[in-house]
Amino acid sequence: MTSSKADAAREVRSYAIGYLLALLLTGFAFGAVYWRVASATTTFGIVLGLGLVQMVVHFRFFLHITLGKSSRADLQLILFSTLIIALMVSGTLVILFNLHHRMM
Amino acid sequence: MTEPLWPALLGRFGWQDLPFVRAWADPSLSEIIGAGAGALVVVGGLAVVVLITWLGRWGYLWREWFTSLDHKRIGILYVVIAFTMLSRALVEAVLMRMQQAAAINAPGFIAPDHFAQLFTTHGSIMIFFMAMPFLTGAINYVMPLQIGARDVAFPLLNAVSLWLTAGAAGLMMVSLVIGRFSTGGWTGYPPYTELAFSPDVGPDYWIWAVTLGSIGTTLSGLNFAVTIYKLRCPGMTLMRMPMFVWTSLCTSILMIFAMPPLTVATALLALDRYLGFHFFTNDLGGNMMNYANLIWLFGHPEVYILILPAFGVYSEVIATFSSKELYGYTSLVIATMAIAVLSFTVWVHHFFTMGQSANINAVFGIATMTIGLPTGVKIYDWIWTMFRGRVRFSVSMLYSLAFMMTFVLGGLTGIILAFPPLDYLVHNTLFLVAHFHNMLIPGLLYGMLAGYHYWFPKAFGFRLDEKWGRISFGCWVVGFYLAFMPLYVLGAGGMTRRSQAVFEPAFRPWLYVAGVGALVLLSALASLFVQLLVSIRNREANRVPVGDPWNAGGLEWSIAAPPPEYNFAVIPTVNDRDPFHGDKADGDPYAPPKRYEAIAMPANSMTGPALGGLGAVTAFGLVWHMWWLAGFGLAAGIATIVARSFVRDLHRTIPAAEVARIDRHWRRDIRKAKPVGRAVEGTRANRGLAEVEA
Amino acid sequence: MSATEGAHPGLNIAHPHAQAQEETETALFGFWVFLMSDAVIFALLFATYGVMLPATVGGPTPATVYEIGPAFLETLILLTSSFTFGLASIAMKHDAPRRRILGWMGATLVLGLAFLALEVRDFMTMFAQGAIPMRSGYLSSFFALVPLHGLHVAAGCLWLVVMMAQVVVFGLDGRVRINTLRLGLFWHFLDIIWIALFSVVYLQGLIR
Repeated sequence: MTSSKADAAREVRSYAIGYLLALLLTGFAFGAVYWRVASATTTFGIVLGLGLVQMVVHFRFFLHITLGKSSRADLQLILFSTLIIALMVSGTLVILFNLHHRMM
Repeated sequence: MTEPLWPALLGRFGWQDLPFVRAWADPSLSEIIGAGAGALVVVGGLAVVVLITWLGRWGYLWREWFTSLDHKRIGILYVVIAFTMLSRALVEAVLMRMQQAAAINAPGFIAPDHFAQLFTTHGSIMIFFMAMPFLTGAINYVMPLQIGARDVAFPLLNAVSLWLTAGAAGLMMVSLVIGRFSTGGWTGYPPYTELAFSPDVGPDYWIWAVTLGSIGTTLSGLNFAVTIYKLRCPGMTLMRMPMFVWTSLCTSILMIFAMPPLTVATALLALDRYLGFHFFTNDLGGNMMNYANLIWLFGHPEVYILILPAFGVYSEVIATFSSKELYGYTSLVIATMAIAVLSFTVWVHHFFTMGQSANINAVFGIATMTIGLPTGVKIYDWIWTMFRGRVRFSVSMLYSLAFMMTFVLGGLTGIILAFPPLDYLVHNTLFLVAHFHNMLIPGLLYGMLAGYHYWFPKAFGFRLDEKWGRISFGCWVVGFYLAFMPLYVLGAGGMTRRSQAVFEPAFRPWLYVAGVGALVLLSALASLFVQLLVSIRNREANRVPVGDPWNAGGLEWSIAAPPPEYNFAVIPTVNDRDPFHGDKADGDPYAPPKRYEAIAMPANSMTGPALGGLGAVTAFGLVWHMWWLAGFGLAAGIATIVARSFVRDLHRTIPAAEVARIDRHWRRDIRKAKPVGRAVEGTRANRGLAEVEA
Repeated sequence: MSATEGAHPGLNIAHPHAQAQEETETALFGFWVFLMSDAVIFALLFATYGVMLPATVGGPTPATVYEIGPAFLETLILLTSSFTFGLASIAMKHDAPRRRILGWMGATLVLGLAFLALEVRDFMTMFAQGAIPMRSGYLSSFFALVPLHGLHVAAGCLWLVVMMAQVVVFGLDGRVRINTLRLGLFWHFLDIIWIALFSVVYLQGLIR
């Protein structure tokens, strides 16, 4: 029972770390926009970067996706999905902005 | 638009929405054909109901088929849907060919609006309700057997997928009797399908039928992928999986990722039509190009969803009927995966002419041609598989051979279309129509028919009639060439697709030939039904209870035909690529298990039919603006899901004694059977026990 | 490091033999596949939003209708709900008293509902300013994307209610555990969508 208790404590700590990191990253992103720390483009870059990092934090601490063996299949799936999503989204943006540009 | 009868209850339904009323008011041949089709649905539906009631089979059907979670039963039901819908869509194709042949500087016999409905339903049905159910059914039936599993990973979800598809197909049928269908083609391009230009129920029927079907397909893809990933029997490593399982896996992955764009496209179109959003409208910032982009993000991978399973079937059939091991297994696996990934990078070639820059077109044109490479690899692998093999020209093998010739031809015209400058010349003409029929008839239909002949004995325990199979095959091939080769000429000559009338007399001979071809294709389908009837009549003579009629190597052939509910009395262990060939070579392929154990199988559930029915009801309510009905369907659907999650009695245990009894019965058949050599496998001597040759 | 570290919490379901473990893994993997398919839907709506962003047609623009305060508050609530859900899963994994499990699930539910209430209030404010989806392509794409996430949260809340009822009715049997794990994946996944939402929609719109 004690080992289970220790496990539980460690897991709570892991969630707490994730929660704290998420709060920090969110705060930075909102702060960067609120206080206009940089030019518009740079700020947008900062926001996107922080968002990506926060997604990784969520995958690691809340969704338990690690590099370990137990979540290997899930990780492969997520990476493949990321590839497809990147293809679809970037393709859509390139094509439609190209069309937009040519029609204006 | 017609006068609504009782808007609160019946939404926008009015008497004019019944084809019979329309035909009464305007007895033109076009309307009479429409009313006849509606009558056929009503009378046909009633006849089936009366027949089942008269035979007293409702209980049996409900218990053994409709509520069954057995992947084999579900697979067969999918194929039944496919054949039903194939019959309708093929008749529509014949009508269109007749119209075009008749309407050369003449009005013909089908009104323009009716003609537009015909090409829309023909395309939508062939893709979503013929091709998709057929391949889903084939994967459902065969894949778990090939990987040594007792069912798919999520049997209930499988039933839900089936019944959503059935509900959507039912909606297509209902549109013949109540209201009318879309005239916007199978892709439903806005702004034409927007409220401003198509205010009637047609596009709504299309939207909801396709949406229901695509949700079912997404869930099927999920189910198959997880099954293949997690439920393979011991020893079945990825590189020992049969080719059909590989292609099923890649198709499933495509379904998981390529169906969502379709769902998004149809959902956004629905938002435009129902709530006045401006995604694809002409005004207020709408942009129809986004629709073209979304639908082809789905549409191109869809082509490979359709073709890959057929590639898998051919790999199995060609190896078996060449009496050889499949040549170049690894290269086939890599080619399949390459096709699956590349298929996400070529979608722009469906709208080369819609305004993006030449550089973008060039990139996607090159990517398109690149797909030809792995496909070419496959063709060579199949040819090498036949090389110096002992090829038996069974019906399945004939389809495979016809496929290779015809498909390569279609691929060559595809390379022409992949050049953007050439595409500008022939886009939107019959050349394109000829091209994709040239890909999909051999690349899907022949494949599914080859699989149908190949695995039918496994599913039902008797072989299909060879003579009628050959007649049907001949008609499919001759009919295809007659019907579609002229379209290349016509398209290159400038005849646009989807023309209700033709004003160039020089097209006449080609259109006549194509019309004859369509009739030959119709006789091909008729022969297929005759073959089924003849085979059922002669089933005792053609029984193959032992289960290995073609001397093949996959696990599915190592069990009885038809297989017991649980597939394998004992889960097999494999240690090479064609495990059953290995066992046969070792001398004792039918070694009885040491002991039998009780097997837990998923218990029947009416959740599938309930959700499918409620999905169709919701869709119907939405089409007709019967908001109370749509609300009821949705609420009842959610309630069904919640209620199901409270059910705890999910398994039915088959006791060990029962398993032993069934297994020993089969073993008696094995002892009674005389092994047959490959030369005489097409004769009645074949009881499903193959002679092992040195 | 113990063997369960990094595995999904709750894998040691009622009958900790290998088959049950495999079934749980299959069930969760299947749910992951579903989530990824769902992610594609969201990704395409994001792309649509990006494409339609310039299509304001003289109507409201992002800068005029978004408010940073409510967006930040909603984010905090959603993040906190993820944390409370995590505590519920841990409590379930270690067979804590039922009261504690239900308590954390209840807290998550309340936070989820609070999020929804705030979001609806946001939409009402926008409507009052004339920012309705029928106004422009840009607003259409906003109201397809953001409320879809809200609908997911609403579905998650309904699911939470069902799971709480099942914890009461069935206790912690295998199916309750598997379905709670699935709900956990769903809930945390919605967070990830929300990160993309506040970054791409709200913050991008508010950058000046």
